[in-house]
Amino acid sequence: MDVLGLLIPVSLFLGAVGLAAFWWMLRKGQFDDPDGDAHRILRDDYDDHPKG
Amino acid sequence: MTATFEHIRPSACPACNAAPAAAHLADLPKQAALMLSLPGIHCAGCISGVERALLAVPGVTEARVNLTLRRAAVQGAPDVTPAALTDALARAGYEAHELDAGVLASTFADRQGRDLLMRLAVAFFAMMNVMLLSVAVWSGADGVTRDMMHWISAAIAIPAVIFAGQPFYVSAWGALKGRRLNMDVPITLAIALAVGTSLYETIHSGHHAYFDAAISLCTFLLAGRYLDHRTRASARSAAQELAALEVPRALRIIDGREETVAVAALAPGDIVRVKPGGRIPVDGVVQIGQSEIDRSLMTGESLPVFAGIGTRVSAGEVNLTGPLTVEVTAVGRDTTLHRIADLVATAEAGRANYNSLADQAAKLYAPFVHILSVVAAVGWWLYTQDMRIALNIAAAVLIITCPCALGLAVPAVTTAASGRLFRKGMLIKNGTALERLAEVDTVVFDKTGTLTDGAPLPIRLDALPGDAARVALALAQGSAHPLSVSLAKGLADLGIRPAHVTDLVEVPGHGVEGRWQGRVVRLGRAAWLGAAAPAQTASFLSLGEGPAIAITFADRLRDGAADLVAALQAQGKRVILISGDTKGAVIRFAQTIGITEVIGEALPQEKSALVADLAAQGAKVLMVGDGLNDTAALAAAHVSISPASALDAARSASDIVLMGKSIAPIADAMRTAVSARARIRENFTIATVYNVLAVPLAVAGLCSPLIAALAMSTSSITVGLNALRLR
Repeated sequence: MDVLGLLIPVSLFLGAVGLAAFWWMLRKGQFDDPDGDAHRILRDDYDDHPKG
Repeated sequence: MTATFEHIRPSACPACNAAPAAAHLADLPKQAALMLSLPGIHCAGCISGVERALLAVPGVTEARVNLTLRRAAVQGAPDVTPAALTDALARAGYEAHELDAGVLASTFADRQGRDLLMRLAVAFFAMMNVMLLSVAVWSGADGVTRDMMHWISAAIAIPAVIFAGQPFYVSAWGALKGRRLNMDVPITLAIALAVGTSLYETIHSGHHAYFDAAISLCTFLLAGRYLDHRTRASARSAAQELAALEVPRALRIIDGREETVAVAALAPGDIVRVKPGGRIPVDGVVQIGQSEIDRSLMTGESLPVFAGIGTRVSAGEVNLTGPLTVEVTAVGRDTTLHRIADLVATAEAGRANYNSLADQAAKLYAPFVHILSVVAAVGWWLYTQDMRIALNIAAAVLIITCPCALGLAVPAVTTAASGRLFRKGMLIKNGTALERLAEVDTVVFDKTGTLTDGAPLPIRLDALPGDAARVALALAQGSAHPLSVSLAKGLADLGIRPAHVTDLVEVPGHGVEGRWQGRVVRLGRAAWLGAAAPAQTASFLSLGEGPAIAITFADRLRDGAADLVAALQAQGKRVILISGDTKGAVIRFAQTIGITEVIGEALPQEKSALVADLAAQGAKVLMVGDGLNDTAALAAAHVSISPASALDAARSASDIVLMGKSIAPIADAMRTAVSARARIRENFTIATVYNVLAVPLAVAGLCSPLIAALAMSTSSITVGLNALRLR
């Protein structure tokens, strides 16, 4: 059971990394145009004007 | 009506939006960022096509399409005009409208949504971790291990609950301060009690801790809140977009110079110019110029009216043929437009009493839960004389009965339903609109602009003699009057080629004149050509000799109108047509579409009185209308729908806005509304069944944290899945 002492902090840390990543995506506005992003990736022409 | 969209169009309450309008107008000329609405785009090809077309316009430096919002943001040189952009897109085959960027600049709702999403993410993260730790406890950990799991759970759950639950605490506190009970009071109490007793148990090495229940309660309820917020936010942003389509500007003339000003900046006595095709921004008197005015949005008449020097015009009317110079007599609050908006305010009071299904549920539920948990706690305290057990039981009862499923029951269904209807081009502005729509048994239609396109169509063109048809085409092509445009299109479709007519001049307010084979030929109003004015919309053609030839026009049906009326009648609904147009025109129209109950020449007050009478007889009325004369009736009806081409006042008075040109989605909406109401009821039943099964366990003290977690998750998930079954 000693391994729990290691695994619990590790799992919490990984979860926190996910949470931080989500927070970052929210701040960067990656959910502003989900439909558009889904379609843009399928376009044939190269996107010369990616969103800054 | 869409043709006049880009032009000046006052809102129902110019005073309300005067401040933001004036504020953003100050930097309007310099501002190079333009917003366009693109209602028709739907695919990857559209994104590329629109961006390419926009970038090809000289001066444009950046164009970015947002497919979710169906908008494009364009950056460019100051001389790039919205008209140039919409023209470029129209040539590329995309429908586009200018948006007033100032009206759209509201980020408060966005921030609120992002805030809720963040809380939801934190709650979800904490729930998953605490659940995993709890699995160890459920599967039999005891002694030091159990205590450690409890302590770690507490360390995760307590800060998470404090942060994530804030919306509930704030709302519950507000309700308590106002001496009311709402859904959030039992929620807050349950969370506080669960965390409190669990902490106490943990400190004293107890067996049961409800940290997982407290945090999953937060998660499920936040999910419901977020769905609810998203539905309302997307409706609000679409409604804002409609408002932004109307840029409230006017051309003021000072010392012979024209300048563009905000409508709010005008004062009585100012002189404004109204271009042909523009909407009149104020009430006033014509000083210079002759033209025809389309009053259909104000009165429902489909015939344009002559306007010359001294004619009174009111805000909201459309100037058709010649430029008019108007002296302002009233602006803002004093205009006819605004006085009708006041009628609306009084009519709307009735609808505020509507009791939604969610309200009914909450009213039954909140007191019941409190009483139950207090009774359970007191009972156990009397029985065992142990406060610790009593509080544990009270917490268990509150957790089990907590309205996770109830909180999801309505938002999950309305989100699914309004998403479906939005894809069909309907915008649900009001949360309870679907419930009310499901109860409708009587449908009242306005005619002009609602069942018709507002653009008349020439009839019996093939009866015109060859020469007359060719001359008529040549003359019609020389004018921008809606009748001429429609006539020119009708004749061109018949394959007729224009005659050689020279010296074409448009005589504003009268018609078009030209020279053909040495004779003066004219196309225009009856009075101008010396003919008797007919009962229906008509243009007259004079070939210089012989009597004038009448070309009659009929209202064109809006797409899907006939199907909709037939579908409603097939569903057994009572269908009534009421219009401000002449009796003859209304009755003829009703026959073509198959409506038997018809009322013509109705004043705005009569329309709302009819709706109120029907309501008094117990009918649930759906009013569909677009004009200012319908506004009071729209507000008085049980539920109301207006097309996107309607006046701002009419749109804000109605619950649902039709975004597309077709009116057919209304039948779909009614079907969806009925099934949405059924789903909401089913969801309430499911939630109740779970409660009825689990509450006796909780009261009996048999409810372990495992049972609480199971009941909560399964009921929330079943309710969510049931909402997705919506057809």
